[in-house]
Amino acid sequence: MGMIRDLAIQGAQMVFVLVLAPLLLGLTRKFKARMLDRVGPPLLQPYRDLAKLVRKDVVLAENASWLFRTAPYMIFAATWVAAALVPTFATGLQFSWTADLIAITALLASARFFLALAGMDIGTAFGGIGASREMLFASLAEPAMIMMVFVVALVAGSTQLSFVANFMLTHVSLRVSLGMALVALVIVALAENARIPVDNPATHLELTMVHEAMVLEYSGRHLAVIELAAALKLLLYVSLIACVFVPWGLAPPHSGFWPLVVGAVTHLAKITIGAFLLVFFETSIAKMRVFRVPELLGSALMLGFLGTLLLFVSRSF
Amino acid sequence: MGDRGIGAETACAGGADTADEGVFMPVVVALGSVAVLILVAIAAPLASRRPAIATPVVYGTSGLAALVLFVTALAALLGHLDVAGEVVLPLGLPWVGAHFRIDPLSAFFLVVVDLGAATASLYALGYGAHEDHPERVLPFYPAFLAGMNLVILSADAFSFLVGWEFMSLASWALVMAHHHEEENRRAGYVYLVMASFGTLMLLLAFGLMAGPDGVYAFAEMGNRVREPWLPGLVLVLALLGAGSKAGLVPLHVWLPLAHPAAPSHVSALMSGVMTKVAVYGFVRIVFDLVGEPVWWWSAVVMGLGALTAVLGVLHAILERDFKRLLAYSTVENIGIVFIGLGLALAFRTNEMAGPAALAVTAALFHALNHSLFKGLMFFGAGAVLTATGERDIEKLGGLIHRLPVTAFFVLGGAVAISALPPLNGFVSEWMIFQAILLSPDLPQWALKFMVPAVGAALAFSAALAGACFVRAYGVAFLGRPRSAAAAEAREVDILSRTAMALLLGLCLLAGIVPGLVIDAASSVAIQLVGHDMPPQPLFPSLSIVPVSEGRSSYSGMLVFIFILISSGLVIWAIHRFASKTIRRGPAWDCGFPDASPATQYTADSFAMPIRRVFGPVAFGSYIERWMPPPGDPSPARLKVVRHDLPWEILYAPISGRVSRLAERLNTLQFLSIRSYLSLVFAALVGLLVVVAIWA
Repeated sequence: MGMIRDLAIQGAQMVFVLVLAPLLLGLTRKFKARMLDRVGPPLLQPYRDLAKLVRKDVVLAENASWLFRTAPYMIFAATWVAAALVPTFATGLQFSWTADLIAITALLASARFFLALAGMDIGTAFGGIGASREMLFASLAEPAMIMMVFVVALVAGSTQLSFVANFMLTHVSLRVSLGMALVALVIVALAENARIPVDNPATHLELTMVHEAMVLEYSGRHLAVIELAAALKLLLYVSLIACVFVPWGLAPPHSGFWPLVVGAVTHLAKITIGAFLLVFFETSIAKMRVFRVPELLGSALMLGFLGTLLLFVSRSF
Repeated sequence: MGDRGIGAETACAGGADTADEGVFMPVVVALGSVAVLILVAIAAPLASRRPAIATPVVYGTSGLAALVLFVTALAALLGHLDVAGEVVLPLGLPWVGAHFRIDPLSAFFLVVVDLGAATASLYALGYGAHEDHPERVLPFYPAFLAGMNLVILSADAFSFLVGWEFMSLASWALVMAHHHEEENRRAGYVYLVMASFGTLMLLLAFGLMAGPDGVYAFAEMGNRVREPWLPGLVLVLALLGAGSKAGLVPLHVWLPLAHPAAPSHVSALMSGVMTKVAVYGFVRIVFDLVGEPVWWWSAVVMGLGALTAVLGVLHAILERDFKRLLAYSTVENIGIVFIGLGLALAFRTNEMAGPAALAVTAALFHALNHSLFKGLMFFGAGAVLTATGERDIEKLGGLIHRLPVTAFFVLGGAVAISALPPLNGFVSEWMIFQAILLSPDLPQWALKFMVPAVGAALAFSAALAGACFVRAYGVAFLGRPRSAAAAEAREVDILSRTAMALLLGLCLLAGIVPGLVIDAASSVAIQLVGHDMPPQPLFPSLSIVPVSEGRSSYSGMLVFIFILISSGLVIWAIHRFASKTIRRGPAWDCGFPDASPATQYTADSFAMPIRRVFGPVAFGSYIERWMPPPGDPSPARLKVVRHDLPWEILYAPISGRVSRLAERLNTLQFLSIRSYLSLVFAALVGLLVVVAIWA
């Protein structure tokens, strides 16, 4: 019985992230519009967009290969698996030991690998420019992320997110190194999700664009899958920050029904606050030139590195 | 863990008696296979008049011999064969003889070498048919295989060095197979110089370890008591000797020249396998023969490894020649192996046996992984070369349409080499990260400061490897063809494809059930650091747990299954509920589709941002702009200047001095007989004076 229950909770987690992801996107758009004194699209607009895209025909470029057609599913699957492994409402899920935080980072890297390849498949200048910039950013964002993982793992003594979350719940303390890791993670999250100041999710046809340039040739259901994957990735990062740095409300392993509900509700509250903070930051800062971004990401890397170094010097930092 | 000692499971019936008879000893089988390889090498020139027959015979026999060696070594490694006992042949130095044996360390590397050799032979059965000068390749190929196996089988310094030199010279001959190209002749020259230098360093290292009474057999060499300064010096010599063969920065300069110059199956062997023989030589000397390590050794090894990994991949990302790009990526991966070895040394000197076992297993695992995916990638490069005659990726493009099968396998190799789950490259790097996370307990401050930097370098090189292979694959295989050769490429033969499929299958297997490899390497870890990793049973845990359950775990198989299930789910949902229509149209490209493939992003433009960000530090690169004076209608020019710093700082001055000295000495060739006689006399007097002072 317990096994079936655990499996059900794990399944619920997978569905939960999938359903929640477009909502987070809707929240950010709504908040942003309100801050700019606009009414903004309805909260559920991302769902409608997805439904519309799914119903539309795919217009495929003439020389698109099989890789172009399979890449959206690969990207989506890798992102979904990664997002399902980050605790949202409960820790200690059935398959939480499948992959630790380093593996989650690498899963996202797999998704990016295929996205960049898909960008290059048609053979246009835009796809190439997007892929090239994405890989440049990744070359700094990924080590920064790993350094941040090091900090968290050295503090908590584990790279398993469930253990980290439970550790943070029971050993609440303010640490310099964790602060550095938080800043590093926020910068990485901004870059990885193509948010301002690194990229602008609301624009097309700007030479500054990165993510949008790679998916330029996609349409119909392929685009829907890719957009959903992007939304999942944003949710993943917000959930990650919430799970490591504000783990309160997470249902402990083998808990009953009501802690799970509490966990889900607190998680909703957390991502609402997360969306607000993200939008607040985005509206108060200008987009950077492409070649300023490596400096920003380099500073994230250095912060993560410094945090790790401090913990190597003394565990009490 | 004591019950999992060396050959603990050898108690299989009959194992002991066969060893007594001495006929079925694994080492005898292995030596027999090596003898077959040497015989093939000798016979090949006789048959090379008829390449249509000689090619399949030579590669087929070599492949079979390698397969026998592989099976023997694997059975020995897993403990199914009794490996005790040495074979002493009356060859070599008369009072020493040639010693051969198989212990867990050599069994592991025999597995790596002969797996690579067997698949390369299979590939060559197809690929070798396109060879223009088979008589320049066929005799040396089996000799090369024999040399590599001899190095690993030998149990005394003399046969080790003979095997090493055999391997170097045979591979040199293969590098020079296409000697009509100027570039290859230069590669051959640089390789010969570096290989001789490396062998000299190893000779000195073994000489120091053998001591004044000349103990050459490894069995006795390991137990000698030595002066305290000596092991450090041996480490430096081993780094110079084995490191130059493996491609450690700054001794790597020959590698990106020589590896691509050889025919592709040989490139795969040189990059994937011969560098592992070098790693074996280093491990044998430093972990086994020289005695207890000192903590600063680990800092040197780790630091060089990190430098090698980062510089290797930065070079790779700017390279346009597909095979040279792969060679630079080999430099990177060797750096990762050395990072693992350095960590293992650090833990071993501080008596942290568990972490040491983790680090050394990770290093061995990565060595195996690299031999798998580098072989695959070089086979792919060879297939591209066969199909288009091009190595320059700027002239390729769109090959995924023309070579769909090869493109799929190379994509798999690119995923594996970029350390992405669920394939194998990720597992070994993940294990090294886990080892790094155990290192705050190291007592030395220098290591405490160094290890995080090494971790950052490892993460950085992994991310850059991803960028490098997106670029290589994206430019060569995706997009539109940039040349007529690429537009008319034809899929390669079935044997080449089978070899690639085999390697990709092994990459996947090692990625989703890494516990098999970890368990197989446990006896090696015991031999090297006196401890092994906890056993990693496939069921019921399905995941690898390097230290303890709560600390970290990773299950490649579950990740793979989840990816399959979730992509299956979404494909099903999409095809159930979504529009199924596909319309083909011209690329949108923001409304300005351009028919010319020249408008695509090129490899150089892809690498430009990375060059601009990291180039000034790594290569001292800058852009030279030349603007015509006002009124001059000639075009402005941009030139990217990129320095190969190790070459310019280290090698160019030395080679300049050597050639100047050689020019001076050149006059000695044209003296009169009187002058020669007086020179001889002076030399004689000089030597006698030396002897007089010595005595």
